[in-house]
Amino acid sequence: MPEPAHEISSPTWGEPDTAAVDRLSAHLGEGGVVTHQIDRGELTIQVAVERWVDVARYLRDAEGYDFLSDLMTVDWLGYSGEVAGYWSSGAFAGKDLNRVGSSGLAAVATAPGPKRFSVSCHLLKLLTVPSGQSRRVRIQAFVDDGEEVDTLIGVYPSADYHEREAWDMMGIPFRGHPNLKRILLPDYWEGHPQRKDYPIGGEPVQFSDDV
Amino acid sequence: MATTERPTKLWPTLEVLSPIPSELSPSTDNPDVLEINLGPNHPSTHGVLRLVAKLDGEIVVGLRNELGYVHTGIEKNLEQKTYWKGITYVPRMDYLSFFTGEVGYCMSVEKLLGLEVPRRAEYIRVIFQELTRLHSHLIFLGTGSVDLGGIALLFYCFRDRDHVLDLFEMVTGQRMHPRYCQVGGVAEDLPRGFEPEARKLVRYLRNKIGEYEGLIEKNPIWRERTVGVGVIPPDFAIKMALSGPNLRASGVDWDLRSANGGYGAYRELGYSPVLAENGDTFDRFWVRVQEMRSSLDLIEMCLDGLPSGPHIADDRKVVLPPRHELHTSMESLIHHFKIVTEGFRVPAGQVYVPIESARGEFGFYMVSDGGPKPWRVRLRPPSFVALESIAAVANGHYLADLIAILASLDPVMGDCDR
Repeated sequence: MPEPAHEISSPTWGEPDTAAVDRLSAHLGEGGVVTHQIDRGELTIQVAVERWVDVARYLRDAEGYDFLSDLMTVDWLGYSGEVAGYWSSGAFAGKDLNRVGSSGLAAVATAPGPKRFSVSCHLLKLLTVPSGQSRRVRIQAFVDDGEEVDTLIGVYPSADYHEREAWDMMGIPFRGHPNLKRILLPDYWEGHPQRKDYPIGGEPVQFSDDV
Repeated sequence: MATTERPTKLWPTLEVLSPIPSELSPSTDNPDVLEINLGPNHPSTHGVLRLVAKLDGEIVVGLRNELGYVHTGIEKNLEQKTYWKGITYVPRMDYLSFFTGEVGYCMSVEKLLGLEVPRRAEYIRVIFQELTRLHSHLIFLGTGSVDLGGIALLFYCFRDRDHVLDLFEMVTGQRMHPRYCQVGGVAEDLPRGFEPEARKLVRYLRNKIGEYEGLIEKNPIWRERTVGVGVIPPDFAIKMALSGPNLRASGVDWDLRSANGGYGAYRELGYSPVLAENGDTFDRFWVRVQEMRSSLDLIEMCLDGLPSGPHIADDRKVVLPPRHELHTSMESLIHHFKIVTEGFRVPAGQVYVPIESARGEFGFYMVSDGGPKPWRVRLRPPSFVALESIAAVANGHYLADLIAILASLDPVMGDCDR
């Protein structure tokens, strides 16, 4: 099947701001920006987690990304290979059932980063440009289990709830967060349900001890 | 744009709270400070939100939100469901602006797939997105007026909201949560007789909205309660990532339906956002009332320019084949069976699709690993973010004003807690 040559109806991210990536990487110096990629019109800048706050501060102050759309985490455990395993077996092994309407060669998904979790932010230029020229960018950093990420509250105050949710659901601790408590689940909850190794349907029934 | 042409307005300063941006702790050492719970079962908290307020007399000096009472794990559930089964889950979050959830979810899957949606489907989606916005704003206005002590508007708004839902029922068979949106388009074409009914509703509501506008704009009690209460300056709104009508009430020209050209059929319809100037509680009500007007205009424009053609994309690997083909075509039967049992596969990648729900930026971050189930879906709920700013905004206001401010921010707890 040929590549789709039409307009996708979802909102555009604006022209990918690759010049900003160059400036960001010059500002941060060696090892700050790991890589960047443009996929489906979306610019993702992968950065070192140690420079997480520096990146956000630079993008806000120098590049005008004044609006934190969202902060989210992904658990990439088993993303590529066996666990992801929606790939056909037997006679169909290796068939690319992935692409719509085609059966070419397989292109097994590979995890985009070296570590288990990713923390991403979607930033947006809102007030700093006329609304027809706003741009979005995703910054993404990879962390291991238990590795701390610096809080973004000092740069984007609205990161408060997002970071609490990331701690609650994914168990990623944010260094310097003044109130890192569970937000959606009760305080006594054990584990972080959004993780891929969290058991499904196996939670103990509450209040059933004395029955 | 409009914001740059307007003379600069002097806004009061509203500092982001420190150290916790979403929590107000009392600075006074008055021993008579009283801590009270608003909610979780309190009619004015719009669902199950618990506000822990500290009061000095009647003045709010401390405020903390407790969320999570209606957390149902929708994000986790979506990871266990094939893409097409997930469509039913998302609208259950923001149950007042339900159709936006369906559209946003389908749009993000379409963006991952690179799937084109027929123009007719885009127009139909806009009609129903605007109907659902009307539905949401009508309930907002009704319940908001109850919070301010006016019961009449509630009955009027709920009556009219039922007329909106009648249209949903006519097309989809369901009044709420119709699961009408499909990946690739909409599930069924519009039935005969829809257009006159829709035009009737537009005419009817246009009249009624004028009445409601009068009920709030010319009502001295309403004005006393809302004008100048809970002013949110634009810089604070941006810092706290307020979106949607809450942001536009502060005069920020930002609406995803028009920003960067918009999305879907909004691109062709050319929408220009409704802006207010003062950012107070009155303006947040006013913006929504005016938005109902522009929703009616958009519906009318869609009805006028409704393109002919298919209502759903013709990609048999993704879209269910037409029902009648199942009786005659073996291939269609197989496709139907495969899509229903196994689901369709979506190319690996990550996308973020923000769309304008009745409450603001409703973002869908979706990661696919190439299989028939999403690897991760993150839903950016506008209510969740809006609730962060309430502590700073309500600081120093009366308790009764806290209720008004909360009502004007229009949080839906299902949306907030997911």
